Amino acid sequence: MSILVGSDTRLVVQGITGREGEFHTRASIAYGTRVVAGTRPGKGGQTAIDGTVPIFDTVAEAAREAGANTSVIYIPASGAPDAILEAVDAGIKTIVCITEGIPALDMIPVVEAVRRAGARLIGPNCPGVTSPGRAKVGIIPASIHKPGRVGVVSRSGTLTYEAVQAMTDAGLGQSTCVGIGGDPIIGTTFLDVLKLFRDDPETDAIVMIGEIGGSAEEEAAAFAAEYLKGVPMAAFIAGRTAPPGRRMGHAGAIISGGSGTAAEKIAALEAAGVHVADSPTQLPRLLLEAGYRA
Amino acid sequence: MKIQEADAKSLLLAQGLPVPPWKVARTPAEVEAAARTFLDAGAGRVVIKAQVLVGGRGKAGGVKLAGSAVEAAEVGAQILGMDIKGITVRKVLVGAAAEIVKEYYLGAIIDRGSRRITLMASAEGGVEIEEVARQDPAAIHRVSADPLLGLLGFQARTLGLAIGLRDPLLNPFVAIALGLYATMKANDADLVEVNPLAIVAERALDGTATQSLVCLDAKITLDDSGLARHKGLEALRDLDEEDPTDAEARKLGINFIHLDGTIGCMVNGAGLAMTTMDLVKHYGGEPANFLDIGGGARHETVAGSMKLILEDPKVQAILVNIFGGITRGDEVAAGLIEARGQQTREVPMVVRIVGTNAAEAARLLAAAKFETATSLDEAAEKAVALSKGAAR
Repeated sequence: MSILVGSDTRLVVQGITGREGEFHTRASIAYGTRVVAGTRPGKGGQTAIDGTVPIFDTVAEAAREAGANTSVIYIPASGAPDAILEAVDAGIKTIVCITEGIPALDMIPVVEAVRRAGARLIGPNCPGVTSPGRAKVGIIPASIHKPGRVGVVSRSGTLTYEAVQAMTDAGLGQSTCVGIGGDPIIGTTFLDVLKLFRDDPETDAIVMIGEIGGSAEEEAAAFAAEYLKGVPMAAFIAGRTAPPGRRMGHAGAIISGGSGTAAEKIAALEAAGVHVADSPTQLPRLLLEAGYRA
Repeated sequence: MKIQEADAKSLLLAQGLPVPPWKVARTPAEVEAAARTFLDAGAGRVVIKAQVLVGGRGKAGGVKLAGSAVEAAEVGAQILGMDIKGITVRKVLVGAAAEIVKEYYLGAIIDRGSRRITLMASAEGGVEIEEVARQDPAAIHRVSADPLLGLLGFQARTLGLAIGLRDPLLNPFVAIALGLYATMKANDADLVEVNPLAIVAERALDGTATQSLVCLDAKITLDDSGLARHKGLEALRDLDEEDPTDAEARKLGINFIHLDGTIGCMVNGAGLAMTTMDLVKHYGGEPANFLDIGGGARHETVAGSMKLILEDPKVQAILVNIFGGITRGDEVAAGLIEARGQQTREVPMVVRIVGTNAAEAARLLAAAKFETATSLDEAAEKAVALSKGAAR
């Protein structure tokens, strides 16, 4: 079944005519994702990706006329919050926002609007979601995946690729890989994704990749201790050597007032029975030690 | 981006908050002149505060009182040039010393858990709020602004009542709390802190005292993602306190943070860049920097980044770790080759490039005789060994 995206995904790409939008849409289609529409206000009626994808002026039209049920956003930071709200208004229930650099205060009313509409936002500032063998929404390279039963959730981009590659190399396939994004205000947290994995009959083990800043990893650990007993789980936390008070590339990756350190997160996860790796390449071995058999 | 107290106070004033007047001085003579202005206007004493972007300046001796203009000049001479946590004090804020009756804490933050702006207040003002949070968490009161409607009057009132404020200071507190929220919104700040927010006594000529609430200190950090849409905020960046590499990194569009170690790191992606540093440490080395070249970096960005790494004389070895997604491995390899042509000193380097166009990258690197590695752990181990070899 996988979570968030899968065989039933009918994708609309918001910003399909942009450089990023076009490039990654091609990769998604090549992976087998059903891309049913793109949007570019003012170019409705035209087509994109060598005439294969119809362009609509609005997301509402893409939903109504092409049956889109999932959206991915490749629109610059100044327009991305509006793009999310447009997708919400069009009744899209799964919205993946790749855009980096959206001011945090812009996201506060947006995540609230998403919540009230009963929709789900992944990101922003995230690499997207892939359910290997079924659908790829976003920018995670197709080559690293192998279909399987391990759920992966991460705040990072390339670090996720590293971990997923290590798992694929070790023969451990993935059910769904979710990049939740590195910003302080994001639509979907570790906790949300853990709940989805728990309820997914096709996910048998979980890999979580966190980093310094905030307390989302601690909340995830508390959930795991209570509700994921018996589910093999391994984690990696980036930023053990990060100096306090400095923003480490991601807007949300900062140790402030002495909290949000890697040490706290690792301690919380270990206390919850989660195996924590010193290097992402150890994750497959730790999953096996936790009792997972592919 | 952190900004100085004086600039933070200007942003608060712009939203109508009560901030006592101040002047910024860069020399003892300027301190003396500023002090004279306040003393002539009736101040009993003046306060001189170091303007630095690090906390703990009070403990470090960077905040002092003076009773005369001459004394102010002496104090100014002590504080200017002082080293506070590695930062040289280049300017001070001068103002009339307030007669403080009671100190409070008031701050607005972006609360990641509730995904709202949260205001925090405490009757334990004047000390670090993290300290209060550790010692007596119940002493900190919070309200979260409505995500669509903003901070509401009754919420601000509830907060004021919780820290013990009553008529006639309750309404002024509500105005200040709403003003903090407005300051945050108006500037895309991610933190606005007034500590202390103080009840001060002001004496009229006949000796009668009136009390009022004023913002005696101000700390604001701005969301880097919001800077571009606010004219004038970029000018508040304090270039004096920046690492000289920061401006260069901004120009290149990369994230670079200077650290104390000997192994220069060049990585694509923030999480992987932190991980690379962590692995360097894990294998017994010390990272010299955090460097994320971003997604889709071109060869000139790679070459510029390499130059920045090599400018640090402590760097004894370099570790390049690229997992190509949007970033093309061959583009990075070309940049590394270009950088080596321009390089002024020989530093051993290990390069690991996997993902998009890794095969092309491998060919380029082999032809140019670069030392390479295939796994992340191998790359880190090799870099550590190279750094130690170079030190001998």
